[in-house]
Amino acid sequence: MTQLILEQALNGLQFGLMLFLLAAGLTLVFGIMDMINLAHGSLYMVGAYLAAAAVAASGSFVVGVLLAVAGTAVLGALLEMTVLRRLYTRDHLSQVLATFALILIANEAVRMVWGDQPALLNPPDALSGPVELGGFSYPAFRLLIIAVGTVVALLLYWVVACTRVGMWVRAGASNREMTEALGINVKRLFTLVFAAGAGLCALAGAMLGPLLAVQVGMGESILILAFVVIVIGGIGSIRGALVGSLLVGVVDTLGRALLPWLLRSFLPGEVAANLGPALAAILIYLLMAAVLFWRPAGLFPARG
Amino acid sequence: MKSLLEITGLEVAYGQSQVLFGVNLSLAEGQVATLLGRNGMGKSTTLRSLCGLSPAPAGILAGNIRFGGETLGNWTPDRIARAGIALVPEGRQIFPNLNVRENLVAFAANRRAVAQPWTLERVFSLFPRLAERQANMGNQLSGGEQQMLAIGRALMTNPRLLILDEATEGLAPLVREEIWQCLARLREAGQTILVVDKYVERLIRLADQHTIIERGRVVWSGSSAELDADHGVWHRYLGV
Ligand SMILES: Nc1ncnc2c1ncn2[C@@H]1O[C@H](COP(=O)(O)OP(=O)(O)OP(=O)(O)O)[C@@H](O)[C@H]1O
Ligand SMILES: [Mg+2]
Repeated sequence: MTQLILEQALNGLQFGLMLFLLAAGLTLVFGIMDMINLAHGSLYMVGAYLAAAAVAASGSFVVGVLLAVAGTAVLGALLEMTVLRRLYTRDHLSQVLATFALILIANEAVRMVWGDQPALLNPPDALSGPVELGGFSYPAFRLLIIAVGTVVALLLYWVVACTRVGMWVRAGASNREMTEALGINVKRLFTLVFAAGAGLCALAGAMLGPLLAVQVGMGESILILAFVVIVIGGIGSIRGALVGSLLVGVVDTLGRALLPWLLRSFLPGEVAANLGPALAAILIYLLMAAVLFWRPAGLFPARG
Repeated sequence: MKSLLEITGLEVAYGQSQVLFGVNLSLAEGQVATLLGRNGMGKSTTLRSLCGLSPAPAGILAGNIRFGGETLGNWTPDRIARAGIALVPEGRQIFPNLNVRENLVAFAANRRAVAQPWTLERVFSLFPRLAERQANMGNQLSGGEQQMLAIGRALMTNPRLLILDEATEGLAPLVREEIWQCLARLREAGQTILVVDKYVERLIRLADQHTIIERGRVVWSGSSAELDADHGVWHRYLGV
């Protein structure tokens, strides 16, 4: 039993870290540019497809993932400079409509290039097996995801909290005009932030690709989770995105694994079997509602 | 003396309503000049136009701003800042989500490679209070501390021209005096300064040149001695 819990907790951590890669870009774009970008999930999808193609072409998982990250970052920058930049000053409804259109376009474009079938993205051979973790075995590739996620999360935290670029980003988020008046080209800075966010999406897509299916529409389901994360964490806050991601990742994963089993211990079998999965599916929304009840601006509001 | 800043015939409008009707102002390197006038006469608008902030560039209807031999035209605010103009804005505009130290180091630059640039240490020795509060967030400071931070933040860009818009507004007399003395020290160090403020008497001691505007037009300009000699001007245009 404890093994199951431990294994599921690790799965939750791993999923949470990948959610963070998505939520980080989303929360910065939302917090700084006051822009709702539904197409964020599409960058995740495109990143995963690019990774599948690049891994197949290069024969190396690492090279493929790096190429996908770079390619998606460039794509993100282009998207920002051509389309999204025009939306910053529009109201949220226009942003939602326009970026929803981008989702449809992206899905159709991916279907045209790669077809209807899910793309094949396998973990590197060396990591396809399990490793022994003091008493139970755990897939090596999932451990790699945890390692990569942890390193990137720390790196991102360091950039935002400790570097001058991070200070400009935070300054630009709270007072764009003053940031410009002190010599920072905020327009270019925002393009950079967007490109970085797109690159992180691709990294998440490439790392999760071997576990989940690389297919059209994969961006939408995870986008909803990423929005839940940034609302819980506080819009615009990187720290909030990290805490929110881990919370959502662990609660969702553990809930799905343990809730049916928990319910079975005090409810008749059939009721538990029906109720369990349903309850598990809405668990994170209950979590969000609870957080918003006590902290309406999220756990770490970016603007105090 | 060759002027560092030369504003000629500046006309500026917010949308349909024009508020500046031909402002002229020039300032030589190392000089301290003021821009005076009653409330709502267009002082902040002049300073903002100079920095490329709204209503610029679309709101600039006519006129010319030359700085360091270049015409600013429709330069963006960040480019103007990098050319050497630093603003201490009305209302201070400290970044609330950056701490004191970050507010200072984030924008530090020495683009003209001056021999003795402003550094964190020098700003802290100018305003020891900021050193004590360096880990505090911008929104945890008193008004006076915020003002010191806004000045320090501007100095960290090592500007050729420092602009202050109502730097003493809302401050207690003692703190206000502290700001004046800081400006006097900057002046001694050779810093070119353009200041907008209300305390004429104090400004006469601090500055060399004064320009008074009334409803967007220059109605008087002259030296400190001339302004000191003509209290009629004070009554007519400044309401003191
Ligand atoms: N954003 C704006 N939109 C429209 N009109 C404006 C705007 N800002 C200022 N004005 C108008 O422009 C005129 C000049 O304002 P400005 O702020 O330049 O005056 P000021 O001399 O700095 O006054 P104060 O001493 O009150 O700061 C005023 O009549 C003001 O009402
Ligand atoms: Mg003003």
